[in-house]
Amino acid sequence: MFDLYARRRLTNAIGLTVAILAMAFGLFWLCWILWTLLDHGLPALTLKVFAQMTPPPGSSGGLLNAIYGSLLMTVGGTLVGTPIGIMAGTYLAEYGHRGWLAPVTRFINDILLSAPSIVIGLFIYEVYVVQVKHFSGWAGTMALAIIVIPIVIRTTENMLRLIPSTLREAAAALGAPQWQIISFVTLRAARAGIITGVMLGIARISGETAPLLFTSLNNQFWNSNMNQPMANLPVVIFQFAMSPYADWQDLAWGGALLITASVLTLNILARVLFRQRASTH
Amino acid sequence: MNAANHATPRIVVKDLNFYYGKFLALKNINLDIAEKKVTAFIGPSGCGKSTLLRTFNRMYQLYPQQTATGAIMLDGDNILDKHQDLNKLRAKIGMVFQKPTPFPMSIYDNIAFGVKLYNNLSKNDMDERVEWALKKAALWVEVKDKLKQSGMGLSGGQQQRLCIARAIAVKPEVLLLDEPTSALDPISTAHIEKLIDELKEDFTIVIVTHNMQQAARVSDYTAYMYLGDLVEFGDTSTVFTNPKRKETEDYITGRFG
Amino acid sequence: MDSLFHNLTRLAASGVLVLLAAILFSLIKGSMPAIHAFGFGFLISPDWDPVTDRFGALIPIVGTLVTSFIALLIAIPVSFGIALFLTELSPRLLRRPLGVAIELLAGIPSIIYGMWGLFVFAPLFADHIEPWLNDHIGPLPYIGPFFSGPPMGIGILTASIILAIMVIPFISAVMRDVFDVVPVMLKESAYGLGSTTWEVMMSIVLPYTKVGVVGGIMLGLGRALGETMAVTFVIGNAHELSKSLLNPGNSISSALANEFTEAVGDLYTASLVELGLILFFITFVVLSLARYMLYKLGQREGKVS
Repeated sequence: MFDLYARRRLTNAIGLTVAILAMAFGLFWLCWILWTLLDHGLPALTLKVFAQMTPPPGSSGGLLNAIYGSLLMTVGGTLVGTPIGIMAGTYLAEYGHRGWLAPVTRFINDILLSAPSIVIGLFIYEVYVVQVKHFSGWAGTMALAIIVIPIVIRTTENMLRLIPSTLREAAAALGAPQWQIISFVTLRAARAGIITGVMLGIARISGETAPLLFTSLNNQFWNSNMNQPMANLPVVIFQFAMSPYADWQDLAWGGALLITASVLTLNILARVLFRQRASTH
Repeated sequence: MNAANHATPRIVVKDLNFYYGKFLALKNINLDIAEKKVTAFIGPSGCGKSTLLRTFNRMYQLYPQQTATGAIMLDGDNILDKHQDLNKLRAKIGMVFQKPTPFPMSIYDNIAFGVKLYNNLSKNDMDERVEWALKKAALWVEVKDKLKQSGMGLSGGQQQRLCIARAIAVKPEVLLLDEPTSALDPISTAHIEKLIDELKEDFTIVIVTHNMQQAARVSDYTAYMYLGDLVEFGDTSTVFTNPKRKETEDYITGRFG
Repeated sequence: MDSLFHNLTRLAASGVLVLLAAILFSLIKGSMPAIHAFGFGFLISPDWDPVTDRFGALIPIVGTLVTSFIALLIAIPVSFGIALFLTELSPRLLRRPLGVAIELLAGIPSIIYGMWGLFVFAPLFADHIEPWLNDHIGPLPYIGPFFSGPPMGIGILTASIILAIMVIPFISAVMRDVFDVVPVMLKESAYGLGSTTWEVMMSIVLPYTKVGVVGGIMLGLGRALGETMAVTFVIGNAHELSKSLLNPGNSISSALANEFTEAVGDLYTASLVELGLILFFITFVVLSLARYMLYKLGQREGKVS
């Protein structure tokens, strides 16, 4: 009896210690990675980064064109993807009670949500880049939009489902047609949650590299023509980090810190915003 | 309050105070739980009856903000003592909850689970123990041909009897029942009440119930609680027919609560 | 107006299906030359020679599967520990911030993992860990050959470790969420019998949530299989099959990332597209299973409560 009991206590102690170690293990990598980023990235983040174009190897420069390209394509991707995502999410939540379309869409959407992003890049390459015969900002925008759509669909649907049906019934009792109920009552009530979803979508695409490799590619110069290959932070970081030149590697670290900071900020902002709204409701 | 002075006390509660964070949920409770009798805690919801029950096996310990002061003596040992071994304590004090909680395993394993925690029984001994517990819980006849099936497949009333069997398989001294029939239909409730009556031959039973008729039917002693106070405690027949306190009378006659 | 709105949203929803069909169609169309040229042999051929136009997918497929498998081997126990810590052990005050910290780990762009792996982790690994592996595990029978090889820092093992760090947050977040759906009373019943926390986790919580846990693991696997940037930096991009995990290898996604824009010739490009098609197919199957399992858990949860 004592043996059994002692063994149980020991197993428990070991198990729980391992759990604590696992937690520490997870945090350890997070701290190490963030520390490396700050250590290498902060010295590289000079004013020049924001004022000059990407340099040829061996000379100094900045990331201005890449930052600009990233902004253009991220904003573009979000602007294209968000309305489609909100509409599809609305359909799933408000009309998707019967029929086969909604459950199948929901399932496919959940899969697209974590589909390999490089395949999305390949897809846009096949259907757009090959047809127009050149890489372009538009192609990058499309690839990013395809990544945003599933995220927005998912959160829109979830948020709309949280809206109590009494709210819909109250509006319906006033004689409002369904499209008005949805666009002026339920979507509005779910606004904070949907914005959260959009922010998470932006956070996700601002760090995406793989889908841009075959779509917008890169551009050494300032370019605001979306029909041309367009520089963007992730691809520049990839190219510069893989290069043997110290100047390029430094710039890559600066860029890496920049995108990580913006992605994490967006993530945290989205959480804070959502929590604030959730607690006032 | 020592109403049960003509029976041997099994558990003695002394000056018990209980806190949820800073909120005082039990105020200076004193009472004795008589051996091999059924003691019922009644009162409106939020009065602290479940809280009191959960101090007996220190279930509150799972939640860091809940604390208890005072003493609960069992076999000359203070349950609330810091050095109390919770696993051993809970082997002595079994508990059954508001809703049936079959574990995600077979009926047999549900019963064997608790036994294995304390005894290294041979296959034969374990079979016997499982049969004994299921018979005690008046479930044997219904499940003896499907011991390998999942406990989740039983009806609500059967599941609750399975939980009782699981609790008594460990051979505890005390059985805590926290509103054990609140999720059951009237027929299953009657089954369980009959069972409680039989079980008090072997176990000291404490039951929390929101159903006054149930307390009147199954218990020997009744404690009426209100807002964390123990208002009245005594023989069930006295408490129900001739309460000493006005508040008790109001509650049991249905004037409030 | 009402039906216009209805149809507009329905159109958007159908767009998702069309998108999936279009992805499949375009990838199949793009890989047609390779399919014609190599047939099913493509899947099992280790060739990869742009000069003679001989291509086979075996090495990248094996690389993808092996790195993902090792990553899961590391990530599953760690994620379980983290989820256990967050649901049962963590002081209330730390619970939220620690949960958020783990989720932030999931938010870091994968290219950062890749850079960090290449510049920080790989050199350390080459200098300190790999020589030790060579000396101490290398001589062992059976598993020895997997761990002996040149200590270069980059290779299959490094890529697997970086992948593991990447998928830990995904898996532990799902595990934490499914552990949270276990009814409190069920856990209390087990505690009430005198079980230790570890016993409650292993005998009650884990069996109760196993469908969801497996779903979460599959979700992590889906991520690992398709991950590009974190792997590309550190896997070494060598089209060779080696027993040693310390040797460089290749995965489908890193072959695509490295070679696609530089590929010349229809057959070369088509072979790469076919690689993408294979990757999409594998992840599609894995993710479908994951979703199906999580969906089943959700259904049961609805029935019990």
